[in-house]
Amino acid sequence: MAREGLVHKSRVVAGSVTAVEALCRELLEDVQQFGFDEDAVFGIHLAMEEAVLNAVKHGNGGDETRSVRVECRIGPDEFDISIADEGGGFNPDAVPDPRSEENLCKSSGRGVLLMRAYMDVVEYNEAGNCVHMIKYRSGRKPAE
Amino acid sequence: MDLLSPKISVEYVQNATITTLTDQKILEQADIQALENSIMPLVDSSAKINLIMDFSNVKFLTSAVLGLLIRISKKVYESQGRLRLCGIDAKILEIFKITRLDRVFEIYEDRYDALQGLK
Repeated sequence: MAREGLVHKSRVVAGSVTAVEALCRELLEDVQQFGFDEDAVFGIHLAMEEAVLNAVKHGNGGDETRSVRVECRIGPDEFDISIADEGGGFNPDAVPDPRSEENLCKSSGRGVLLMRAYMDVVEYNEAGNCVHMIKYRSGRKPAE
Repeated sequence: MDLLSPKISVEYVQNATITTLTDQKILEQADIQALENSIMPLVDSSAKINLIMDFSNVKFLTSAVLGLLIRISKKVYESQGRLRLCGIDAKILEIFKITRLDRVFEIYEDRYDALQGLK
C-alpha cells in the first residue's frame, strides 16, 4: 500500500559524490514508498544523479570542503527537490545543445538535457547554483 | 572468460572481443574509471578491434557513462576498429534516443545480432 502524507527533508551534506549519493538513495526509497511507478522512479533517479554530479563536480569544483544543500518534499502527487552548491553558478541556457551535430561526439554536457527530459519542472535560481526540479506523478501539475 | 576488476567480463568470440558489463548500476566516478581502465587496454592491445559491449546486466547509468562510451568509440575508430553496443534495456535506450547517441553508436538487440557481419 502506498504511503500517505508528506515527507520533508532538508539536509546539508559534505560535497563528496559519496555523501550526496547516500542521501539520493534514501530519497529514492521514500519515492518508492509513495507508489510512484517504475518509469517515474527511473527518471527521478537519473535527474537527481545528474544534478548532484553537476553540484559536486562543476558547482563546487570537486572541493569536498564545500557543501551541497538538498531540500526535498515528497507526497502522493509530486516529488519536489532543490539542490544547491556553493559555487558561483552557471547559466543553464548557455549550455550548448549536446544533440547538435558539432556537439554530438563530445564526452560531456548531457546532464541538464536529461534532467529536463525526465522531470516536469527544471528551473535555476538567478545565481545558477541551485536547481529546483519537480516530477508530477500524473505527468502534470495536479489541479488545486 | 577473464573477469576483470569486477566491472566487466571479457570473451573472445569469432573475430570479436565481447565485454559484458557486470554491474546493474553504473554511477560512481570510481566505477566509470574502473571501466575505462579495463576497456582501454583491450582496445590498445588489438589493432582493428571488433569490440562489442554487452549491456544486458545494466539497469541504470548516467550521462557520465555516455561520455565514457564516446571516449572508447574514438579510441576504437582511431585504430580502424568497430564498436557495437547490445543488450540495452529499454529505459536506457531512451537515454540514448534523448541525447541522439542512438545515431552515433551501432546498437544491436543482443550479442548474436552484434556479431553478424563483422570482418
